[in-house]
Amino acid sequence: MGLWHIGTLLDRLKRQIDALSSQTEHFKGFFMSSSLPQQKVVPSAWTHRHLLDLKRLTSDEIKLLLDTTAMFKEATDGCRRKLSVLSGATIANLFFESSTRTRTSFSLAARRLGADVVDFSAVGSSLSKGESFIDTAKNIEAMGIDAVVVRHQTPGTPHLLSQHLNVGVINAGDGPHEHPTQGLLDIFSIQERLGDLKGITVAMVGDIAHSRTARSNFWGLTKLGAKVIFCGPPTLVSPRWAELGAEVSHDLDAILPRCDCLNLLRIQFERQSTRPFPSVREYAHLYAMNKQRLAGAKKDLLILAPGPINRGVEVTADVADCPQSLILNQVTNGIAVRMAVLWLTCGPRSHSSGKTL
Amino acid sequence: MASLLVRGGRFVDPSQNIDRVASLLLREGVVVAIDPPDVHADEVIDATGMIVSPGLVDMHVHLREPGREEDETIETGTAAAIVGGFTSIACIPNTEPPIDTQGAVEFIHQKAVRADHCNVFVVGCVSRNREGKELAEIGQLVEAGAVAFSDDGAPVYDAELMRRAFEYCLMFDKPILAHEEVLELSRGGVMHEGLVSLVLGLTGMPAAAEEVLIGRDAALAEVTGGRLHVMHVSTAGGVALVRAAKARGVRITAEACPHHFTLTDECMWGFDSNFKMSPPLRTAVDVEGVIEGIVDGTIDCIATDHAPHAREKKMLELDRAPFGILGLETALGLSVTRLVATGRIGWPRLIEAMSVLPSRILGINRGTLRIGSIADITIIDPIQRWQVDVGTFKSKSVNSPFDRWTLEGRAVATIVGGRIKHRLL
Repeated sequence: MGLWHIGTLLDRLKRQIDALSSQTEHFKGFFMSSSLPQQKVVPSAWTHRHLLDLKRLTSDEIKLLLDTTAMFKEATDGCRRKLSVLSGATIANLFFESSTRTRTSFSLAARRLGADVVDFSAVGSSLSKGESFIDTAKNIEAMGIDAVVVRHQTPGTPHLLSQHLNVGVINAGDGPHEHPTQGLLDIFSIQERLGDLKGITVAMVGDIAHSRTARSNFWGLTKLGAKVIFCGPPTLVSPRWAELGAEVSHDLDAILPRCDCLNLLRIQFERQSTRPFPSVREYAHLYAMNKQRLAGAKKDLLILAPGPINRGVEVTADVADCPQSLILNQVTNGIAVRMAVLWLTCGPRSHSSGKTL
Repeated sequence: MASLLVRGGRFVDPSQNIDRVASLLLREGVVVAIDPPDVHADEVIDATGMIVSPGLVDMHVHLREPGREEDETIETGTAAAIVGGFTSIACIPNTEPPIDTQGAVEFIHQKAVRADHCNVFVVGCVSRNREGKELAEIGQLVEAGAVAFSDDGAPVYDAELMRRAFEYCLMFDKPILAHEEVLELSRGGVMHEGLVSLVLGLTGMPAAAEEVLIGRDAALAEVTGGRLHVMHVSTAGGVALVRAAKARGVRITAEACPHHFTLTDECMWGFDSNFKMSPPLRTAVDVEGVIEGIVDGTIDCIATDHAPHAREKKMLELDRAPFGILGLETALGLSVTRLVATGRIGWPRLIEAMSVLPSRILGINRGTLRIGSIADITIIDPIQRWQVDVGTFKSKSVNSPFDRWTLEGRAVATIVGGRIKHRLL
């Protein structure tokens, strides 16, 4: 991938966004108009048919995803208006693990792009009759699907599906491995407030061991030049993260003054086979973000939480609802990110960019 | 029975300290002469340029029958064995039902005779029904022909039961083949616990899970005087524990599997369940530790832990796919490629590890080609390069990650009891 390509593309996106701010109505028509065919295809800089993880994306590809997110957020008036760039496409939500927020977000994103959505939940399906997940997915593929959005409790399952299916596969969370759209929306929300991410410090606090959000954030943030601190008890934060470039800390109060942004991860009780700390009370005492702790932080510290949050465990209500909290922005941005991802992976391509990964 | 002359090969028999060009005359299924003056024989194999070895012995094979014939049968497993150069295998009793009665041992023997490929020696259960609660009828099993005892697939978890098993086996002089794993430490694990598992978010099985139990069983063998054979040692720390126990006189032996001295946990980046086995693939440091153990003799022998699983079982999610990897048809090639071609060990040591010592550990009359011994012979082309193709495997399953690998060294003839069972020459 040449940098030249990315540069041209970014210029093009910026010009689109500039045009948008002056002539919003005109720009909205642009997506549906057939007079600009060259804009209706996915940029050739994007070569992936699947979005499986952020680890293997380049920083340019992540920037392209973020810029496309910004474009869609603007073009849909903050994710409220509908486009038709994916009309005729059908997206299947294939959720082997329960989720309300992510599935709704993907559904909304697909509909905002004009695509049809079918929801498939493993509960009560043939899976409980012993069918393998690959057979289930192949059956859904045979129904004429363009992409599957997959959530599964086992790491790597979306990767395996991508090897067995002929449609795009988007990872909506695979166990503790990755949750690329969550990582992207967190990063997008921070970037919206702070601009350039280079040199900023983001602390991820809590259950790093079981967190796909932590892993996707880590890869995305470090590729964009931010510093990542993983903070929590040693039973949830492996010291080996340091070998990959993260700072590892067990003392939230010690790192807090250096942080520009705090991402408070939910304690995933359901994924833990044994309890990694003696009591919730003790955990909250050591790591819950409350008003007192906030006093020791930078004044403009941003607070994110991938949700759902355990109020009182990771974060107290007054902090969750404080003005620096981006928690609700994250939810809105989630739709924009997923529009970008769906369009880049499923949108029409020019003939020259037929390469798939 | 006809006579057979194996002529002109490099005869390597560490049991007699022989390594020279020689001819072997076999008659009535027995070695009758080395370098016979009278060269007449009914059939002649020209083994010039080949290694002529006592038949290879794999002391760790899961034949799956009875109970899981969709994965492997005694027929298909023994057919795979002779293609891989093995004239004898020992089958592990974690079948359904487990091999814990005389009748079950007889069943295996009869099926093996009917299949008529290679010799099958039976390992019996340590505990009744492999439940780890009370001893199986070990004396009865010995009478039926069981050569060793193991609850492999799982450890003998109760330390007191393990101690009693060591003590009880003293009167039969049979070894206990131990799968070493502290289950609480490896619970839910699908791969080695390390940097790769950290990044992939996969639950890890720490090296300590294996090493803690090796330590326990070495101590129990020491205190009882029993014979411990540590199966599939996969960590550098495990090798060090075996080495230390040997140094203080514990009756301990150990085996290593080709995949553990060939592959590392880096293989898991692609989430391919063919790389999922227990113990798991470890790090490069562990691979080197295992190879050093083979070089210095801490690891006595090479065994495959041949563990077939039907394709549909391996096509599940990583945590639902079963542990296991095929071994019989690639073990010799991998061992030659990784150990001999690289100069880490010579042919006598390889044959010691793949024939002489496993026979000695199991107490079977194989692993030697002394005059008068049973004519089980493997003829190996030491430099033939060949490509693994799971499509041609005799095994019923295809769960090998070595498909399409090019290996060096191949069994070109397998002779069992004087009869040629496999021949490419």
